[in-house]
Amino acid sequence: MTFTQIIFLVTAAVILGSALMVVSTRNLVHAALWLIVTLFGVAVLYAILNASFLAVVQVVVYIGAIAILFIFAIMLTRREMRDRGPQLNRGWWLNIIIAGLTFGGLFWMLQGWSGFSKAAADFPSGYDAVGQLGKALVSPTGFVLPFEVASVLLLAALVGAVYVAFARK
Amino acid sequence: MIPLSWYLILSAALFSIGLFGVLSRRNAVAILLGIELMLNAVNINLVSFWRYGDVSMMAGQVFAIIVFAVAASEVAVGLALVISVYRSRNTVIADEIDLMKW
Amino acid sequence: MNFWTNPVNFVAQWLLGLLTGWGMPGWLASLLIQFIGVVVLVSMMMLIDIFLVWIERKVVARFQDRLGPNRVGPFGMIQPFADIIKLLIKEDITPDGADKLIYNLAPVLSLMSVLLLWAIVPLAPVIFGVDLNVGVLYIIAAGAIGTLSIILAAWASNNKFALVGAFRQVAVLVSFEVPMLATMLIPTVLAGSMGMNEIVQSQNVWYIVLAPLAGLIFMVAAIAELGRAPFDLNEAESEIVAGYHIEYTGMKFGLFYAGELLHAFTFGGFWAVLFLGGYRFFGLENLGPIVAAVILMAKALFGYWLIMWVRYTVMRIRIDHMLAFNWKFLTPLAFVLLMLTALMNALLRGTSSGVYILGMLLTNVILGWVIIEILRGLSRRERERIEGVATVKNFPSPHPLSQGERGKG
Repeated sequence: MTFTQIIFLVTAAVILGSALMVVSTRNLVHAALWLIVTLFGVAVLYAILNASFLAVVQVVVYIGAIAILFIFAIMLTRREMRDRGPQLNRGWWLNIIIAGLTFGGLFWMLQGWSGFSKAAADFPSGYDAVGQLGKALVSPTGFVLPFEVASVLLLAALVGAVYVAFARK
Repeated sequence: MIPLSWYLILSAALFSIGLFGVLSRRNAVAILLGIELMLNAVNINLVSFWRYGDVSMMAGQVFAIIVFAVAASEVAVGLALVISVYRSRNTVIADEIDLMKW
Repeated sequence: MNFWTNPVNFVAQWLLGLLTGWGMPGWLASLLIQFIGVVVLVSMMMLIDIFLVWIERKVVARFQDRLGPNRVGPFGMIQPFADIIKLLIKEDITPDGADKLIYNLAPVLSLMSVLLLWAIVPLAPVIFGVDLNVGVLYIIAAGAIGTLSIILAAWASNNKFALVGAFRQVAVLVSFEVPMLATMLIPTVLAGSMGMNEIVQSQNVWYIVLAPLAGLIFMVAAIAELGRAPFDLNEAESEIVAGYHIEYTGMKFGLFYAGELLHAFTFGGFWAVLFLGGYRFFGLENLGPIVAAVILMAKALFGYWLIMWVRYTVMRIRIDHMLAFNWKFLTPLAFVLLMLTALMNALLRGTSSGVYILGMLLTNVILGWVIIEILRGLSRRERERIEGVATVKNFPSPHPLSQGERGKG
């Protein structure tokens, strides 16, 4: 077992454990904090995958914006510091079965696929992933249209969020 | 070296946990937390397919970035809706927001 | 390779030889050496932090026409150690109803977010933690953890004032990140890289000359990010007592305080790296990496001094003014500047360096002049709206205050 594999396993354990805490903890602020741990773990995974740009953007966007938005929303929508009453639906045990079946189904489908246990090839020499990504995002033969559509989506979401949350007097 | 299967299994497990959260949680904000977990699972898949496929094809990373944008807008609009509902009905429990069910 | 040209690598090689000579496996030895490097860097920063307390107190004393600490040691230099001993022996209070784990975690996160930043600062061409190819974004990412620590501290201490302070601070941080990132992209465009070391290497002409407006906007946004006066709404002693760290006592408060000071120094350092040529100073950096590191530290201290100068001369700004200033003025300006710089950079790339420098400088000057003209027009219209058009044209103003002043004169 190599050093990278040990790091991967520790990260995976942190991601899955904190994800379980996100869906099961009673205190919602704690759930948001566990989500931050999960997101940080995913950023570490990106770093292991040599996607340094995505790793940093993951921290900027998810932890710096989305998680803080969640904490704000949780603080704005509760009457007391701790929520009372059950946090889960009545049929939560059924949902465990559904989630388990989803995982089993995905696993079953994947393990029949020929590329399942493929190993990663080394990067070609002089390969610059960030530069390639930047070129791909703005080149007409690459992904300039999805990129622009995503920016329009962000603008629409911005306007929509302000309109919906605006308190009418 | 880590085989691709590890990433895929991790991502499938994360997706299932997120699915459980979305299905079982009563609080609307907590449901959105579950959706975030599922989106992250998808992103892990996209990036690992980029790394384990042909690295000169940037589709995996580009779509991961678009998922970031979608996640950000989804959270902004979703939480705005939750806050708006909380203002008018004073609850964020998804079961109790049932005016349209009549 | 000797100690003078590459000190870090020299010491690391020597340690590696020593450890493997003792029979330690190679990967463990290199891991241990990296840990030692991190510990040395962090301890050095904390040591500088202690002296920053003294520097800050001395400088503020000069600004306020006082002497500052002068009793303990020569020029009061031992004062910070006395402060630390005082903080250590204070009673450690956890408020009732506080979330214990998060309450204790927040100060650590706060200091950590600052120390993380030093991983990418190039102290010299060969002395740096990592030469990350997304260094500029990394600054924002580490800042995100700082934001998180503030909101966690406020929420966990179960105090209304703390939460008000944190809400203000987060609103400010999230919005001032936008012009800050936009202005940090300008050195990126000019250097053609996001890596800190490459940005410094490409500054044959300091970027403060090529993009003075960007340097100015970055400084303003950095001061807002730091939560220092005139943007110290999160603490605002006269309104919400101390903001997010109101409930913290002893060394936990000390961690917040140390984090704040080091953060200001760090942003002075980033300002130096991005706009003042980092460790370069007219060829003096070629003498050796240690000289280069000293140059960078001196420049960072200069940036820190500027931040202190602003802090102790300008009054606090109201939050709505501050957010309006950001969204309606700073953000559009930063974006216009970014686009203009990219355009001019592409146009002037092929020309000689004299034309290039002059062109970039003129672009900035003209843009600055246009902005000042627009602002003057706006403020004149505002004044006419408040005071009435007629009275501005006819000189004697009906405004009671200005009449009173004229009467006195």
